[in-house]
Amino acid sequence: MKVATREAYGKTLAALAKENKNIIVLDADLSGSTKTKEVKAVAPEQHYNMGIAEGNMMAVAAGLAASGNIVFASSFAMFATGRAFEQIRNSIGYPHLNVKVCASHAGLTVGEDGASHQSIEDISLMRGIPGMTVICPADAVETDKVIRAVAEIDGPCYVRLGRSAVETVYSEDMAFEVGKGNVLRQGKKVAIIACGIMVEAALQAYDELKEKGYEPTVVDMHTIKPIDKDLLVELAKSHDLFVTCEEHSVIGGLGSAVAETLSQYAPAKIKMVGVQDTFGESGTPAGLLEKYGLTSKDIVKAVIEE
Amino acid sequence: MSKIDVLKGHATNIRKNIVKMVTEAKSGHPGGSLSSVEIATAIYFTQMNIDENNLTSNQRDRFVLSKGHASPLLYAVLAEKGFLEETELATFRKLNSRLQGHPSMRKLPGVDMSTGSLGQGISTAVGMALSNKYHKLPYRVYTLLGDGECQEGEVWEAAMAAAHYKLDNLLAFVDNNGLQIDGKISDVMNPSPIDEKFKAFGWNVITLEDGNDLASVIEACEEAKTVKGKPTVVVAKTVKGKGVSFMENQAGWHGVAPSAQQCQDALKELEGNK
Repeated sequence: MKVATREAYGKTLAALAKENKNIIVLDADLSGSTKTKEVKAVAPEQHYNMGIAEGNMMAVAAGLAASGNIVFASSFAMFATGRAFEQIRNSIGYPHLNVKVCASHAGLTVGEDGASHQSIEDISLMRGIPGMTVICPADAVETDKVIRAVAEIDGPCYVRLGRSAVETVYSEDMAFEVGKGNVLRQGKKVAIIACGIMVEAALQAYDELKEKGYEPTVVDMHTIKPIDKDLLVELAKSHDLFVTCEEHSVIGGLGSAVAETLSQYAPAKIKMVGVQDTFGESGTPAGLLEKYGLTSKDIVKAVIEE
Repeated sequence: MSKIDVLKGHATNIRKNIVKMVTEAKSGHPGGSLSSVEIATAIYFTQMNIDENNLTSNQRDRFVLSKGHASPLLYAVLAEKGFLEETELATFRKLNSRLQGHPSMRKLPGVDMSTGSLGQGISTAVGMALSNKYHKLPYRVYTLLGDGECQEGEVWEAAMAAAHYKLDNLLAFVDNNGLQIDGKISDVMNPSPIDEKFKAFGWNVITLEDGNDLASVIEACEEAKTVKGKPTVVVAKTVKGKGVSFMENQAGWHGVAPSAQQCQDALKELEGNK
């Protein structure tokens, strides 16, 4: 079943808000798109629209959090982390306040809106802030677990959500723990490390590679910060090649996080499937993923070429 | 001694400590700290329900120093309230100090928000006031902005939000000393008329001709409490560097430390005017 992670976000957040009156949700005129409107429907007094003013929204979120509330602040990833970067850095990150920046429409699959709305730097921006937890769930089931988990963390978190419907790769009873990557396929020699919508592509690549005689390991590295160092170091003992997959620039994202870890603790060959230091453009999500090299075929190619 | 004389005594002590701190640190922002002394003194000594027992709590009135560079003022006020030892003021801006160059709420209890990046403090104050409204708590939120700070677009985003959500529990002060680092605010990038702008954004506006007059500041705080359905801003005309004659109305004293001799001269002058 195909469901967008933002849909799951709205549904879970609405359920949490109904249970917990200390949850306050802020949006910047995009509640229909980020799906925080689900909260408005069941707990209208806990939802505040801050208008098209993302910088102010993030600092207001900080003030609400400094008053003891659990605050969720949503917009598109571009504006939440780009426009409001410094408010997140100085008013949320520096005082380590309890704000969950949950941004939708991340990556190229925003589609037709084009490059101005396609955030490919948000993981990089958020990862650089000390104390910030950064998570990019793979599907609707995992998103539900992520939102419940970050609500329990006392500190700032960034959750990256997508616009387009993605295949549900997990069953409801999946195990989720912040900072612990999920090994979805245990193989050998090649380890494919993916996050977000690229997890589905990685699993497809596994099937295609299997037919060609390869048996890669596939990991859903949902938490990009703190990265699961133990898992990466362990994998490096039995795997010669790591292929990272992300719907994000290869500069500063999951690939960089994996490279920073492996190069220090267990050097291994790494190839990065991601946006290759370029802006996107208008197009269908599928067309964009193909043009910018973010399909299962690109993952297969990265493995076979080596 | 009358109540106002007691307050004036506090203000003088605060001024002396501001000058001493910045001198000792060899850096910091004396001009805009001195200009806001009466505003902060009135808020902390006549308005806020803050004491040693609720210092670390968020269930009380709170103060956000949106013009975070006036940190010497905040630290001197907290010391005058007895929340930290006066001797600790000498650690200002030094390694391992709780008294960061710009205030950090994680370092020093009693600092209600980490500030320093202009424009953000007023937004966080809006968040606090919104929370008090939501939880139906009676606490008030105070914030102090610079007039140069009003050049930041975020101030007006926050102003819009505060009026939209009818935050009558929020009282903002604009320290209208007319100067910023590069010179007169009217020459650098004129934000005037600041009062008319806030009015247009839906705020109740009080203008003070002398923001360095304690009685006027207290009166404005009292008046603000009676206004319902909208936030209040007090645009207070002040003198940058107030109380130290060689610093008064000099943009050059925005972010420069006095020499040891200048410090002595300043303290003598402040002592003499007590």
